[in-house]
Amino acid sequence: MSERTVIPFGPQHPVLPEPIHLDLVMEDERVVQAIPQLGFIHRGLERLVKTRDYMHFVYVTERICGICSFGHSYGYSQTIERLMGIEVPMRAEYLRVIWFELSRIHSHLLWMGLAADSFGYENLFYQCWRLRERVLDIFEKTTGGRVILSACNVGGVNYDIDNSELAGISQIIQKLKRDAKPLIKALVKDRSIKDRLVGSGYLSQEDAVKLSIVGPFARASGVEEDIRMFGVGGYGELAEFKPQTSTQGDNYARVAVRCNELLQSCDIICEMIDKIPDGPICEKPKGNPPEAQGIGRVEQPRGEVVYYVKGNGTRFLERFRIRTPTSQNVAGMVQLLQGCELSEVPLNILTIDPCISCTER
Amino acid sequence: MSGTSKSPWIIHYDGSSCNGCDIEVLACLTPMYDVERFGVINTGNPKHADVFLITGAVNERNIGVVKQIYSQMLEPKVVVACGACACSGGIFHDCYNVIGGVDKAIPVDVYVPGCAVRPEALIDAVVAGLGALEEKRAALELASSYEAKELAKAAEQERLAEAASQPLLEEPAKTEEQTDIDINADEEPGE
Ligand code: SF4
Repeated sequence: MSERTVIPFGPQHPVLPEPIHLDLVMEDERVVQAIPQLGFIHRGLERLVKTRDYMHFVYVTERICGICSFGHSYGYSQTIERLMGIEVPMRAEYLRVIWFELSRIHSHLLWMGLAADSFGYENLFYQCWRLRERVLDIFEKTTGGRVILSACNVGGVNYDIDNSELAGISQIIQKLKRDAKPLIKALVKDRSIKDRLVGSGYLSQEDAVKLSIVGPFARASGVEEDIRMFGVGGYGELAEFKPQTSTQGDNYARVAVRCNELLQSCDIICEMIDKIPDGPICEKPKGNPPEAQGIGRVEQPRGEVVYYVKGNGTRFLERFRIRTPTSQNVAGMVQLLQGCELSEVPLNILTIDPCISCTER
Repeated sequence: MSGTSKSPWIIHYDGSSCNGCDIEVLACLTPMYDVERFGVINTGNPKHADVFLITGAVNERNIGVVKQIYSQMLEPKVVVACGACACSGGIFHDCYNVIGGVDKAIPVDVYVPGCAVRPEALIDAVVAGLGALEEKRAALELASSYEAKELAKAAEQERLAEAASQPLLEEPAKTEEQTDIDINADEEPGE
């Protein structure tokens, strides 16, 4: 048996946009064990509920993660609304879904770019990011921010979009969908990309269930689970929703699932824009959160996020807690890394689409 | 302007940022803003970098990493704090695990406001950073030329002092010179 060496990977590493440290125990070229070390981005923001009242805390939740920023404010608001029994106007629910799906498109395009870069396709990386700018332009036009939107609030949304502008957005999204197709074709059809992806980083359905993997990572292993299919909020208005799944469980399946989700999100946005009702956009909450506990779930681009809030009758919450997708998926990532080759490590890390900032908060 | 200011290489480290500023840093490198047309290249190696872009506040865990990257970079170097968090801790300033802005760990040259920071502001900051880089280079060159002069002066004085304290040593030196000349004289006719 050959000697074992430990290679430290990260926290500052060219393929990692975010700091995570892994100790890779190697036997020649093969990883026998990967030991993750987290904590580089821990800020301790759950505790901020003690000093920010429940309305202001929306702005903190937006900054849990800049990529799924809108999703976090959506999930938090939904949880508080359920706790306080607030009825959200329908137009607000529709607008939330539109922004949320737009952020899914931007997140998936961002990830596709990073993944393309990790297997050596720099041009594809640039093309994906170029397409992503169109979504950011829509954000900027409708809310004023490119990344942090401050659009969602407890009881509804802060900004309305006129119907004429919505029609314009629908056209932009249809064009984006057409323009995304060649990129997707490159990602899932190109032979040399396929050679790098197919068969590597395999996770079985059984393991995915056992490790409670969530999001596209789980769906690529054949676990049909997507919080959107329960039709909470605006998603209940969709004519139909089917989670995108694959049964292959390898890196290729994860890329394909995300590509399909991107196209699906485009369709959802167009459908929502077609059906959006008129009406108010915000129902101002009255009083404080009661002495009770609330739970909420949303499907972020990376998977299911669970929010837990506990009120105590004052403006400040007693406790706030999130379970983020990556904290689940890190277990799966460690499994993927065991037994892979050193050259596959960056790809295996990237295809689970880790978001360390959410995980460590 | 020196070569470095025309093609500054940057290194990016994510402190405890929320990713909002990071993706804007990355967006600068991609076709919409494309800072590469100004010669800005993103590198992962601290030894290659001139500009250190840091997003997010420092905390107990990453302060060591930030200091280490900074110390690995070669002089002259410029630090740009990107976003409200990196400037002062931003919205997280009173979190229990946040020490504060990047300037709590390393000296910062340019502060870029914004939450999230806008790519235009970032490009402006890198340009401002190049001014600082140029100043540092000039100071460094001045210092090194001054240092070289001082060193030469010191060496000269030392030599003089040595010569004054040991006058007897001059004679063997002369003979050496003479032998040199002798050798030359021998060679000349041969050529
Ligand atoms: S300044 Fe704002 S966007 Fe940037 S890292 Fe901090 S919280 Fe995120």
